[in-house]
Amino acid sequence: MLLQHEVSAVGHPLAGTVAEWLWLLPLLPLLGFVINGLLSLVPATVLGPGDPDIAHGAEGAHGEAGHGVAVHAHDSADDHGAHGDDHHRVVRHRFAWLTSIVGPAVLAVAFGLAVAIFLAMRGVGEMSAPFVQRYFSWMPAGSLRIDAAFQLDQLSMVMILVITGVGTLIHLFSVGYMQDDPGYPRYFAYLNLFVAFMLVLVLGASYPVLFVGWEGVGLCSYLLIGFWFSEKANADAGKKAFIVNRIGDFGLLIAMFLLFANLGALDFVGVNEAATRLTFGGPLVTAICLFMFLGCTGKSAQIPLYIWLPDAMAGPTPVSALIHAATMVTAGVYLIARSSVLFSMAPVAGLTVTVIGALTAIFAATIGLKQWDIKKVLAYSTVSQLGYMFIGVGSGAYVAGIFHLVTHAFFKALLFLGSGSVIFAMHAAYHHTGSHEDAQDMRNMGGLSRYMRVTWVLMWIATLAIAGVPFFAGFFSKDEILGSVFLRARESTLADASWLGIPGSSVLYAAYALGLAAALLTAIYMTRMMLYTFHGPNRTGEKERDHLGEAPWIMTGPLVVLGVLSLFGGWLNLPALTSFLGPVGALDRWLEPVVGESARRVTSGVAPEPAHNVELALVGSAVAIALLGIIIAAVRLKPARLVPKAQAPEEHGIERVLANKYYVDEAYDRVVVEPTVGISRGVLWKGIDQGIIDSVFVNGSARLARGVASLGSWIQSGQVGTYAWVLVIGVLAVLGAFTIR
Amino acid sequence: MRELLDSIGYDSWVLLALLVIPALAALGIWVHGAMLGDNEARDRASGTPRQIALWAFIIEFVVSLGLWWSYDPSTAAMQATLDLSWIPSWGVRFALGIDGISLMMVLLTTFLMPLAVLGSWTSIRLKRHSYYALLLLLTTGMLGVFVARDLFLFYVMWEMMLVPMYFIIGIWGGERRIYATMKFFIYTMVGSMLMLVAIVYLGIKAGGAAGPDFAYESVRRMAGSGGAMTLFGAVVPASLLMFLAFSLAFAIKVPMFPFHTWLPDAHVEAPTAGSVILAGIMLKMGTYGFLRFALPFFPDAAMHPAVRTTFLALGTIGVLYGALVAMVQPDFKKLVAYSSVSHLGFVMLGIFALTTQSIQGALMIMINHGISTGALFLLIGMIYERRHTREIAAYGGIARVVPLFAALLTFVSLSSIGLPGTNGFVGEFLVLLGSFQTTPYLATLATLGVIFAAAYLLWAIQRILFNRLHRVENEHIPDLNARELALMVPLVAVILWLGIYPAPVLRRMEASAEQLVTQVSGVAPATSVARAGNP
Repeated sequence: MLLQHEVSAVGHPLAGTVAEWLWLLPLLPLLGFVINGLLSLVPATVLGPGDPDIAHGAEGAHGEAGHGVAVHAHDSADDHGAHGDDHHRVVRHRFAWLTSIVGPAVLAVAFGLAVAIFLAMRGVGEMSAPFVQRYFSWMPAGSLRIDAAFQLDQLSMVMILVITGVGTLIHLFSVGYMQDDPGYPRYFAYLNLFVAFMLVLVLGASYPVLFVGWEGVGLCSYLLIGFWFSEKANADAGKKAFIVNRIGDFGLLIAMFLLFANLGALDFVGVNEAATRLTFGGPLVTAICLFMFLGCTGKSAQIPLYIWLPDAMAGPTPVSALIHAATMVTAGVYLIARSSVLFSMAPVAGLTVTVIGALTAIFAATIGLKQWDIKKVLAYSTVSQLGYMFIGVGSGAYVAGIFHLVTHAFFKALLFLGSGSVIFAMHAAYHHTGSHEDAQDMRNMGGLSRYMRVTWVLMWIATLAIAGVPFFAGFFSKDEILGSVFLRARESTLADASWLGIPGSSVLYAAYALGLAAALLTAIYMTRMMLYTFHGPNRTGEKERDHLGEAPWIMTGPLVVLGVLSLFGGWLNLPALTSFLGPVGALDRWLEPVVGESARRVTSGVAPEPAHNVELALVGSAVAIALLGIIIAAVRLKPARLVPKAQAPEEHGIERVLANKYYVDEAYDRVVVEPTVGISRGVLWKGIDQGIIDSVFVNGSARLARGVASLGSWIQSGQVGTYAWVLVIGVLAVLGAFTIR
Repeated sequence: MRELLDSIGYDSWVLLALLVIPALAALGIWVHGAMLGDNEARDRASGTPRQIALWAFIIEFVVSLGLWWSYDPSTAAMQATLDLSWIPSWGVRFALGIDGISLMMVLLTTFLMPLAVLGSWTSIRLKRHSYYALLLLLTTGMLGVFVARDLFLFYVMWEMMLVPMYFIIGIWGGERRIYATMKFFIYTMVGSMLMLVAIVYLGIKAGGAAGPDFAYESVRRMAGSGGAMTLFGAVVPASLLMFLAFSLAFAIKVPMFPFHTWLPDAHVEAPTAGSVILAGIMLKMGTYGFLRFALPFFPDAAMHPAVRTTFLALGTIGVLYGALVAMVQPDFKKLVAYSSVSHLGFVMLGIFALTTQSIQGALMIMINHGISTGALFLLIGMIYERRHTREIAAYGGIARVVPLFAALLTFVSLSSIGLPGTNGFVGEFLVLLGSFQTTPYLATLATLGVIFAAAYLLWAIQRILFNRLHRVENEHIPDLNARELALMVPLVAVILWLGIYPAPVLRRMEASAEQLVTQVSGVAPATSVARAGNP
């Protein structure tokens, strides 16, 4: 039933090729989810290696004492949960070996299939229409027809390769990182499920199918952030992520309703066809795009809904790498590129996206300057980099946005996994000595380059990439975004429009300036992170120092691959300026059938070709900014003066505001959360429900009835004497009435 | 399948059989109890009534299942009809039949009843004979409401289901059961009394000189037509008064804000099966009444802008209000009860928005709410049997103690939140999408409900399943046993089926939904692509 697919594009060049196996892509990780999910329901755990305290005592009683040991392990996991990203290396699940095979294998096979499909796509040459596969009718109701259908085009292909490719690497890393966690199969079940939903998101042929993936990845994010759910902070963070994302989803839902009510279609082909008939820049298309963008601010952590992402670092670090850096959080960027026809029709919406992206980029970068938790630095960095992508897709430079999405997936995954490897080492060291110090605080690190050379070198590569140092991946993509927005400020439909009364071109120039400033801050905070973590004296502790070391090969291996990608990722889309390096604009050409027309609509039909000296100036300033940032950080920061977290003094003034993230969470709590709960409890429940409806009306009418009844029953007392008196009084009254008259 | 059913004349007896089987089983239990004589002997043999009830309900379900295939989705006409003379002097007939709307309600009922019995398996210890006999009688009443094609018969069934539920809450309920059951009974009676007056009025008018006629079609043909009444000196269209009389009865049953305050009390005090049936099936009587009677009978009154806007607004308020109040409930069962107010608010919105999508969505939510909320109540019942408290604060961190329970509670909650891929999404999406076309602003407000839904349920399951395990009593709760797992499996399967492949269900309701839209609005909706395309 599920697989009796019918290919609607019969004459499509991809028909009959390996692309027919498209549906298998999400099904493979889904299979992994089912297997690992079932394994996770098997409660038994056995001792794993690496715990000196318990291994000794339990050696003799391996079989019988298994259960008791498991209980003990739970308890001690509780004790250590306070470390945040911390798992106790005590127990290994009985079926950990099976999970280690199934979990990454389904991803690797999916990646292989993705590569095969990619080669098939390259083989068929020009492909102007997407390859759509219909499986069955999902929601037929009257004139509405939503099919369970996937579509493959150049844009989805890029996303599929990133998801399955980077996904496979992170799955492999997880084998090393998570193996000794009692919830190991559960972890892989969620991770596999995430990939399945993420693939549905990028493969869906309509907004509702995309929405299945969209909310599905949100669910997995929720489950994985709260993976160590015994700690309230972790469960809180998961819940926060889900609810904040739901606010965004509200926007996406309204956008879909508007689309159906006005265009009568919800599938991408139908919407794109009908969209061009809308009034250019009219209120309808602007509203659709803005509601859609609200969805993006939730999923991709932009102002005002970015608040969940830093908290999401409560999840295991590989999750942060996969979900909260490389894939899920970029879904908003994908959505705008996917809806490029709509956005190119709505310049005001495009400017809004650009402004929000630019503000988020600079705002998050300032917070990143003062974080001590290594993962928090990377989290705010991700928020900031996503802002760049939105500057790109907002200003109509769709390819640039997607390009940065891809390179960012490489270097940010590397940074997160590298930090995971650091935390792994720190945690192992603290675990050996039974210390309860914070394994993620950079004030407890320092000089780690001496203990973990591979991680150190690779993380420097990623840092140079994100800072935008020439010839590393991030240089090319960030440069393309900044260059595009600069050029569009001169000539484009965006520049001609006005945003809240401000001319579009001023808005775009401002966005460019903010982007450049954020680049400076990026270089500073990343260098700061590297200096504090890997350089200067070590602050971990006398005894702990001896236990610091490099992670096993299953973790460093994926790091090396990502390092290579962070070095050479820029080759995907080389600018004309660097034509000596290889073919120019490969990604531009690849994505041309999907976003080319929309991009040209934004630039009023002309391809923006900058003058040679302008381009040199743009690139030159970007490079100068990046180098300046690194130099400032290197000169000004003194790792030698840092003291461990426990002895650190309190921050003051602006530093304190930054360390507390501008108190935005607190403000949201006061302004939104507390009033909602308070009004619900005080006014709606106690006031209206119990007070007015129940007390006054329901029980009030009951009391009224009882009152009337009791009056009657009081009169009807059954005492003859009373009756006699009443009779007498009555007779007297009647007689009196007659007499008086 | 169709041929097989035809060969045994399935359509001609199935509805009657569905009404008779539970009634006979109830009789059997009563006879069994009576033969045993004293109470002690009854208590010793208390395993028998639940066995009888379980098997009767399983047979009932199997019998009803044939309707899935025998029902012809291409027409909105009444099917599997049966028309017997009953009380000739009053013009009352024993007329049964189903369309796409009743079909799904019948199947929902027969599907949930065996599970409700399994959910009561060990929790009901007192007077089991009476308990299971009442459950069976209740079922006859509920199914009767869904299949009656005669207004008088409908009313009899409507009242017939009220009495068993009154006793089920009043005898086997919690501490405040008397207050709750009186509130439930009086609330409902107030509404039904006015409805009875309206039914009698309509029956007499429809019959004319030949004596009263309560047949559904005769009443419908005549109900909307003219006539005015004087009320406190003002001249009011009769159809408006009749509409309001019906609506009050149904609105209380739904329950629509502000007539909902009986529900939280009734739910909290009812035993598990009572809650399951109350939420899963009996609340649907209200919305079913709107779809079957109030709207088709009085289209002018219902579609009068003032009336319609009022109902749309009350539906929307119900969505938001129910969700917000649910969020602050300390008792998990009460939380789910208020969430019902929210879910049924969506249904009311969908019904009065009156588009094919919104009506089909409303029907889907009626089914989904039965499945998901029923499952939630069953799960609450299971944990209550172990810990004897429904206070959310009494739990915390138990996911690690009872992983199966935790997985199921999370899954069912997600379906209740309307996660795509589960049943909940399909209904909410269709209602909101459909309503957006006729009432965009209210639909937008109602869409905010999806945010609050996530807030109240995720917050609740966090406080129950996650966080630190801080109570000693919670450390050794046994996980679900085989019976409990077995009764959850069908629910989980249906949740996924309706989420991923709801098309067969939607197709069976489509013709009826479109007919309703045509009847009430007077305009045929845009032709159905789906039915033209997929036979």
